[in-house]
Amino acid sequence: MSLLGKDLIGLAGLSREQITTILDVAEPLREISERTIKKVPTLRGMTVVNLFFEPSTRTRISFEFAEKRMSADTVNVAASASSISKGETLVDTARNLEAMRIDMVVVRHGSSGAARFLAERIKSNVINAGDGTHEHPTQGLLDLLTLRQRFGSLEGRRVCIVGDVLHSRVARSNIWGLKALGADVAVCGPRSLLPNAIDEMGVTVFNRVEAAIEWAEALNVLRLQLERMQAGYIPSLREYNRVFGVTSARLKAAPRELLILHPGPMNRGVEIDSDVADGPHSVILDQVTNGVAIRMAVLYLLAGNKAALADVAKGGAA
Amino acid sequence: MTAPLLIKGGRLVDPSQNLDAVGDLLLQDGKVAAVGGTIAAPAGAQVVEAKGLVVSPGMIDVHVHLREPGREDVETVATGAHAAAAGGFTAVCAMPNTKPVTDNQATVGFVKRQGEAAGFARVYPYGAISVGQQGETLAEFGEMVAAGAVAVSDDGKPVENSHLMRTALEYALTFGIPVVEHCEVMSLAHGGSMNEGVVSARLGLKGIPAEAEEIDAIRCILLAKRTGGHVHLCHLSTKGSVDLVRWGKAQGINVTAEVCSHHISLTEDAVEGYNTNAKMNPPLRTRADVEALKEGLKDGTIDLLVTDHAPHHYDEKEREFADAPNGIVGLETALGVNITYLLEPGVLSLSQLVDRMSCLPAKVFHLPGGTLAKGSIADVTVFDPKRAWTVDPTKFKSKGRNTPYGGHQLRGRAICTVVGGKIVHQLVD
Repeated sequence: MSLLGKDLIGLAGLSREQITTILDVAEPLREISERTIKKVPTLRGMTVVNLFFEPSTRTRISFEFAEKRMSADTVNVAASASSISKGETLVDTARNLEAMRIDMVVVRHGSSGAARFLAERIKSNVINAGDGTHEHPTQGLLDLLTLRQRFGSLEGRRVCIVGDVLHSRVARSNIWGLKALGADVAVCGPRSLLPNAIDEMGVTVFNRVEAAIEWAEALNVLRLQLERMQAGYIPSLREYNRVFGVTSARLKAAPRELLILHPGPMNRGVEIDSDVADGPHSVILDQVTNGVAIRMAVLYLLAGNKAALADVAKGGAA
Repeated sequence: MTAPLLIKGGRLVDPSQNLDAVGDLLLQDGKVAAVGGTIAAPAGAQVVEAKGLVVSPGMIDVHVHLREPGREDVETVATGAHAAAAGGFTAVCAMPNTKPVTDNQATVGFVKRQGEAAGFARVYPYGAISVGQQGETLAEFGEMVAAGAVAVSDDGKPVENSHLMRTALEYALTFGIPVVEHCEVMSLAHGGSMNEGVVSARLGLKGIPAEAEEIDAIRCILLAKRTGGHVHLCHLSTKGSVDLVRWGKAQGINVTAEVCSHHISLTEDAVEGYNTNAKMNPPLRTRADVEALKEGLKDGTIDLLVTDHAPHHYDEKEREFADAPNGIVGLETALGVNITYLLEPGVLSLSQLVDRMSCLPAKVFHLPGGTLAKGSIADVTVFDPKRAWTVDPTKFKSKGRNTPYGGHQLRGRAICTVVGGKIVHQLVD
């Protein structure tokens, strides 16, 4: 009966109704984080494992706050300090965790498909907190929530994703989520950092960031990883900033004011200039605040009637 | 002495002698003793009733990985040769990417003897092109051929050094063996785990562009032109490669080519869901590529059908897609896949199918067999092209279970496989 089924692996394949429901559930949950006592008993008695095979600060903390504010018991497992570094396979790690009777796994992994791989092999709910260059659905959802708060509706709104789309799980989740909600989606970046088949993904492609800025109502500026330069995708970070950087000079030439999103962490002076990041049209910190609410909503929806049953068993109410 | 074997009343299909007629086939002393018409059973003969079945020269798969020596936990020469027999193959050519690499006469001889000892399909070893498949120094072709090698290849790895490839093509001329190239430009394919296209873009997997194969294919074709050597291109997977081979053949260049059963039956869509049993190198491509490969088979641009049988341990495939090894098993499904996807839709006629699975492999690799002509070796495949069956990997004779066809309905199955006049497999169901 759960809206999302067992897992949240990606936004590809989710309907407009499903995504809208998640956003609708998240909206009022924002208020919990504004309280003095930031805690509700919704997930009381549930055990959630945050299984992070890649380093993450923002996403892991955001999930952890979401879990704790809903009273779940949480355990953080980081790859470097666990049996994973001793050569244990992903499936063994998962099965061992499950043998300890957990309810949910939040997984971050460097391989595309890893979250789905886990989900197909364990009974617990699996939430993808980023798998390789595939998807990062809760990031996509928090971007959608942030845009929706500003635009009211995303129908027909023009959003451009700027930067390293090729290696970005954030970009993919955004593309599917935005399209599901009826937005016009574009991407902009050096062709060497866009998938070769990008045209077949139903998005507009801008070679020049100036053209993207002229077209768009919102820019989602992706982080440029330093290693992309080392791997030869671009000549230098300096040139990247000069050709593709989102700068206040470029934004001033825009025919309208643009919302500026960034999934973080930012490389100030590379993909985005500080005065843009800190400027009046930046909603970057709203994204972070919304992130906790989105993750609470996803936890709540995936828990489905499990939480209700737990409350019944305890004679309490959610 | 093996008793004479009389295969009665089957449809004899042997394109090597333009034969397609119902009749009997008598095998005696390891040779074809008589073919066609009604043959009386000699005293003590074993009789196989083949009414309604096809009787063809033994199928030959020139591209398999039997993993021995080195990975006997995954496959041995014996289990691989047994799988071959079960799939209707009377001979296979075993690739040299073993551990240690089959790059010397001792290892070649070992693989050959293991095949003889197993007594299923014949096993012809490949030798490596370069020592250790390192792409630096030529391996000793002469000694390896003397020990039983029928071709040379660094399969699994391309020969990146063009001078080495050129030299290999020239040096192989002395021994009359093909130089067999796995076409891949590593700097383009590097890190890729599936076809580059919209599916890889969506799944967030690094793609391998078609050009990684095609650039190497045309390099080899041009080097064959320069040297007069015989280059055989492995497991071609793209439309561009077919076009290049077609061009090469039109120029009179000594190039031959093969295609795998999976590349004519599946597309990149099979990877959806990160199915590691749809991961192989070269990867599954697009529908347009599949159609071009079928066209190439039909018009003779592509000479042979192969399996690229590549067993892997269950654990090795049960992992993250990008980290899973390439390859699938194919010996026990190839005939059914080829019949289902090539014969039934009319891409190939029955005699063309037999040609590309038996006669041409023998011809291109200078192997015995590939014919039912009187006096030739008594290697025969008896199969039922109409037999419907469901692929059940747990029933495989191969140790490998890594197939994307598990649960698939196929038509066409080997009923009886005969090597040297002796039945090495008979379907029991």
